[in-house]
Parts: sequence; structure tokens; C-alpha cells
Amino acid sequence: MARGQTGEAGRRKANGEGGNAHAGKDELLKYYRDMLLIRRFEERAGQLYGMGLIGGFCHLYIGQEAIAVGVQAIKQDGDQVITGYRDHGHMLACGMDPREVMAELTGRAGGSSKGKGGSMHMFSTEADFYGGHGIVGGQVSLGTGLALANKYRDNGKVSFTYFGDGAANQGQVYESFNMAELWKLPVVYVIENNQYAMGTAIERSSSETRLHKRGVSFGIPGEEVDGMDVLAVKAAAEKAAEHARSGKGPYILEMKTYRYRGHSMSDPAKYRTREEVDEVRKTRDPIDHVEELLEQHGWADEATLKAIDAEVKRIVADAAEFARTSPEPEPSELYTDVYTEVAQ
Amino acid sequence: MTDILMPALSPTMEEGTLAKWHVKPGDTVRSGDVIAEIETDKATMEVEAVDEGVVAEILVPEGSEEVKVNTPIARLQGEGGASAASAPAPVEKPVQATEASAGDPEKQPPETAKTQPEGEGPAPVRPAAEPLKDPELPEGVSLVKVTVRDALRDAMAEEMRRDEAVFLMGEEVAQYQGAYKVSRELLQEFGERRVIDTPITEYGFTGLGVGAAMAGLKPIVEFMTFNFAMQAIDHIINSAAKTLYMSGGQLKTSVVFRGPNGAAARVAAQHSQDYAAWYAHVPGLKVIAPYDAADAKGLLKAAIRDPNPVVFLEHEMMYGQEFDVPEGVDWVLPIGKAKVRREGKDVTIVAYSRMVGLSLKAAEELAAEGIEAEVIDLRTLRPLDHETVVESVKKTNRLVTVEEGWGPMGVGSEVAARVVEHAFDYLDAPPARVCQEDVPLPYAANLEALSLPSVEKIVAAAKAVSYR
Repeated sequence: MARGQTGEAGRRKANGEGGNAHAGKDELLKYYRDMLLIRRFEERAGQLYGMGLIGGFCHLYIGQEAIAVGVQAIKQDGDQVITGYRDHGHMLACGMDPREVMAELTGRAGGSSKGKGGSMHMFSTEADFYGGHGIVGGQVSLGTGLALANKYRDNGKVSFTYFGDGAANQGQVYESFNMAELWKLPVVYVIENNQYAMGTAIERSSSETRLHKRGVSFGIPGEEVDGMDVLAVKAAAEKAAEHARSGKGPYILEMKTYRYRGHSMSDPAKYRTREEVDEVRKTRDPIDHVEELLEQHGWADEATLKAIDAEVKRIVADAAEFARTSPEPEPSELYTDVYTEVAQ
Repeated sequence: MTDILMPALSPTMEEGTLAKWHVKPGDTVRSGDVIAEIETDKATMEVEAVDEGVVAEILVPEGSEEVKVNTPIARLQGEGGASAASAPAPVEKPVQATEASAGDPEKQPPETAKTQPEGEGPAPVRPAAEPLKDPELPEGVSLVKVTVRDALRDAMAEEMRRDEAVFLMGEEVAQYQGAYKVSRELLQEFGERRVIDTPITEYGFTGLGVGAAMAGLKPIVEFMTFNFAMQAIDHIINSAAKTLYMSGGQLKTSVVFRGPNGAAARVAAQHSQDYAAWYAHVPGLKVIAPYDAADAKGLLKAAIRDPNPVVFLEHEMMYGQEFDVPEGVDWVLPIGKAKVRREGKDVTIVAYSRMVGLSLKAAEELAAEGIEAEVIDLRTLRPLDHETVVESVKKTNRLVTVEEGWGPMGVGSEVAARVVEHAFDYLDAPPARVCQEDVPLPYAANLEALSLPSVEKIVAAAKAVSYR
């Protein structure tokens, strides 16, 4: 079972113990690679932002990689994923092309939304990714609606609906919880509790900080999970998805996690200490964790890891180059995609 | 060698102070290491390394002020060939168009088109719409008297029979048979899977409806009245109207938001409001406000079939009124086409929803005094069929608009603006607007009547623009 570790930056034993949280070599290497891809991608996005190539808001996923990757590990084809504006990691985990994601960040024609959506508004029905939503909490009702569609069609699919500790206080979240349990909708609510709603620490915004208990009054089971441990995330997601898929209704997973960067690029993060961030990076980093597991099993041969690092670097460099050189959208795109044309 | 550039920390930052270096020449840096601190007038932030390698040279010493964004501040010796390949080319960096976007976004021209040099591609234009026409009634089709309420119900039932993806959700739509009985007998025919009673949580259930539409279903979301849809307007606009555009055309939301709109009778300010102008303001939405039963049926069927989000504004005071409706045909009307309800040569009266009835009565009174009014029923408010209005004004040279909503920034304002744009030289008098008075709707019977548009007010406005 998932380890119920509190959010304190306690030293984690890197042994992958507990229930079904085991993984073979190939699996661990894949998680290592997928998380590293997100991290390097985000670092590069931060750099492109600094160069003025990315505009507006840009919310990086660095530190939270284990969640999107761990859930993706058990997601079935056709299960939907929907999240808020800290969405780059989920898109990469869902298998969207890094080029298209980066080019959307730079607002270019090659972007996944042709440059019209930007960092917070990307979608890929092909990758079962339903956004990318900029209004805090909006995706919770929408994701519950995806689950309503699954139930309507009786298709056995599950909606993975992500939101943060900030969104957890929005009213529509509870309207959605109510309907999801009332109608036994197949939705897994994944709360990414990174401890800060923009600059407000959870203790300063939430009367009940144990967010996995937020479903209690609706009868929705919830569980706290170490969101820095990809295997714990995977195990918890598996259990929650099974619950939802079998017709028992929604399930809440509170992923205790941490973002290393500010809320967005323009946030100097003065509301927390450098020491706090360093402590998490040193003791709970999700990528280091997998590296340690690989070492423990004697699977971390240098050549393999170097090859993965090089592959990730190449993918990210290629995505950045594409995003930099892809042309801006044609002016004629201004008036397209406002309406779907109606066949008369 | 890779240049490390002075980063922009916010969309508006153009320069800053390089407060401190955390590395010196010879140090090895790894991705994510803090290498420097930068200050602006708003904040101090740490700069993390993206590229890896050994610091070869510090180009801008710490303490330097007014360092422009994108100035090289240090040079990195890459580790091996891989790093050099991954480094972004420093010199040719941001292409010209994006360099500007490092500045204040508010100062950016909103439309790319305006920044294009002449001759470099055509300016964006909206595609011209094909002329729309109501379908001809086939020979032998009979007309039967049907209430607006039943016409709406029949439209939903027919479309639910036709398309398994269509379902109805809202408060009291199923077991109660509809707060205003518009969904009468739908539960019996289609069952509770497709006729869904929701809790009284407009924001939440509207979000669920739009989410289901994103998954490819075609929900009809009923609001008991549109007053309560204000709780849900975020999903109607931010989630439904904008998603097709924001997704570059990938994600469609085919959903109808419907229910009574406007003033009922003696329910006072919070339950009496015309939202036509609110929704008609928003690109991505279609907005319909029918008057009679045939239009209610034909346009609701069209709305359900439409692949776009449609706001369908009904009127409680019209639900019980009977009109002729074609029987035994698949009656679907074009969205975006106004209808000339009465022809006349002296003054054009433009209205929608219940105000069409008042305008027709006013036209009769005007006729008795020798003024022939042409009455146009807009039927659809977005897209707005101004061509039909403009054609009429070219004939009558006078315009009166009638709406139940408030005047400022209203539907009448928009109609008048379009007429001025397209038929300025034809106008013989300034357009007149008949609207709800600019106050929250009062409860007292006499004040309520004073506040709302009336036949008398329409007659007076028509005479005024006719200088009679």
C-alpha cells in the first residue's frame, strides 16, 4: 500500500518497501527517464522564459514529477487526465510530443494549440489529455463530467482529475464531490498538495489541512500518499483506479509533494526559506529516490544512466530548438477555431 | 562554449541588478544549481543553471546594475560534445517578433495582423457567411397549435430519440417533470440515465455538463432560470466558449444551456433579468432567444445539433402561449437568421423573445395612426443577423430597438451601432432604444410595470423617431 508519510521532509528509506510498491529494472529506468524528461524540460522552459521566448505565466512542475509519472504508470488507454495550469509535466507523462508542448509555450504555429492556448491551455484528445485549465478548480467539475460521460457510456474508463491544495478550497470542488459520490462516477481525484497555494502556506488557508479527509462528509474514501515516491504514487493510483473502475465511485488521493520553484516564473518565493527548499531537494527528491533504488539493486550502471541523460538532453534540446524556430501563427489563424463550422 | 544570459524574471522585466554570483570560474555547475541572484525593483530571485559544464568566465561582475535582459553574463565550457549540442544558440536567439514580448504585455498590439508589414499576407478577415433561409414547408404539412412549453419539450424528445449522445440534466428536470414542466414525460420515455436530476449546485453541474461535452456527449443543461446561471457563468464562458480556440480546434464542446430568461411576474430583482447581452458578448458562444413555438422548436433542435456551445434563452411568460407549429416534419431552423414578423415602410422595430409580441401589438396601434412599422424578430443574438435589420432601415430610415434588459451596453446598443456602421446615410432620425429602466427590477406592481418595456413605450419611441 502507499506509504502514509506526512509532509515533513523526513528522510525516506529508499528501499521501495511496502505492499506492491515493487518495480523491476526496466520499470524503474522508465520512471527515471520520464521524470528526468519532465525536469529537464521544465528547466529549459524556465530558461526560455528568462530569454523572453515564453511569455505570460509559466508554472513549472519541478519537484512534483513522481505524481504525473506514477499515475500514468497505471492509466489505461482511454482513461482521461485533466489538470490545472501546472500542466507541462502531465502532458509529457501522457506522451504528448515535447516539441508541440514547448512550441505552445513559445506561442508558435507548431504548438499543440497552434500557439493560441499557451502554457495553461493545452489539450490532446489523442493522448487522453483534457487540459490545461487556467481557472483554479474549474478542472474538478470538468473532470467529474468526463467521468459522467464514462458512466453514461459504461465504457470502464476512469477520469484522473488533478488539482492542488489551493483549488481544494474552491466551492465547486465540493459540488463535484457530492455528485461524483451520489452517482458513483469513475473519477480519481489526485490532489497535488505542494503546501503552497501561490504564496499562502496550507496552514494559513485551510481549516482542515489533511486534504484526503475532504471527502469524508460525502462518503468518499481518501488516502495520503508520499507524492515524492513514484512507487507509492503508482500503488495508490492503482488501488484508487480499481475502486473507481469497479463502480464504487470516486476516490481521493492526497499526494504530499513540493515544488522547488516559485508558483510561477515571476514568484521569488519569499514565503518560505531557502533551507526548507534545500532540505526537500536533498532528502526527498523523487528522481534521486529512483536513482537510489536502482543503485540498491545494482541496476544503476553508469553507461545506462548516462545514455538516458543524453537521450533526455537531446529530446529537450530538440524541443527547444523547434519551439524557437517554429514560425508564429499565420495572421489568418486569428479567426479560426472560434466556432466549429456547421455542415448545412 | 555556452553563454548564460541575463534572464527575465517576469513578463515586464527589461533589466535588473546582478546582485551576487554563487559560482566562480572553474566551478562545475549542474542543472538546477543556483548560480546567481538577480534583483529588480519588485523582487530578488535566484538564477538556476540549465546547461551543465564548467564556468569559464564571468562576463558581468556582481553588483552590476541595469543589466539588460538577454545580455550574456557568464560563459560555460560544456562537458563533452553533448552539452554544446544542447545549448541554445546564443547569438541568433530570440526571433524578432518574440523579442518584443519580453516587454510589457499590455503594450503589445493585441492582433498580430497589425504588426505585419504591408503586403506580407492578407489581413485576417472573418469568413463571409452564406445567406441563411428558413426551410420551406413541404406540401400538405399541417400546422397545429402547440404551446411554447410543449414545443421545447418536443424538440428535446425528438433530438434524444435521434441521437443517443443527447441527454438532459438540471434541477427538477426528471421526477418533478421540470420546474416549469418543460421536461414533462421525458423521464418516462428516456429513463434516469438520460434525464438527470441534479443537486442545487449550478457551478458544479454546469462544469460536469461541459466536461461530458468535452468527452463527446451532447448535454442539455437546464437552468431553472438564467438568474441562477450566474453561479455557473465561469464554466459557460471559460470552459465552454473558449476551449475550442484555446485548443487550436481540437476540443469541441457541443452543449446547450437553456432555461427561462428575463422578467417573470412579481419575483423582483434577483429573479428577473435579461442576460442576452451578457452571453451575446462572448465569441465562441451562440445565443438564441426565440419568440413563438415554431421558432422555439426549430431553433432548439438546431442548437442541440450544433457542435458549439449554445445559450438558449426562453421566457417564462411565453411558456403557456400557443402558436402554429408544423406537424410531422423534422423542423430545424437556421441559427443566425432574423425574421421579419410584420412588413412596414415607416419605421423598423427590432426585438427578440417576449418583446416581439409587444412590438407586434405596438405595430397594430401605430397602423391605426397611419404609421406602418416593420417588426423584426432577431431570434438569434449571436451571430447577429444585422443584414436583415440594415435592409429594413434602408427602407424605413428609422430604428427602434426593444429589449427586456438594461439599455447601457445592451442588445439595442449593438443593433444601433451596426445600423450606424452599415446604413448611416439612410437614417432620418437617431435610433431609439426601449429597455428596462436602469434600475434593479422593483417588486411593487406599479413600479414593475413602469420599469419594463411596454406597448405604450414602444409606440411612443416609434412616434418620436418618426417626428410624430
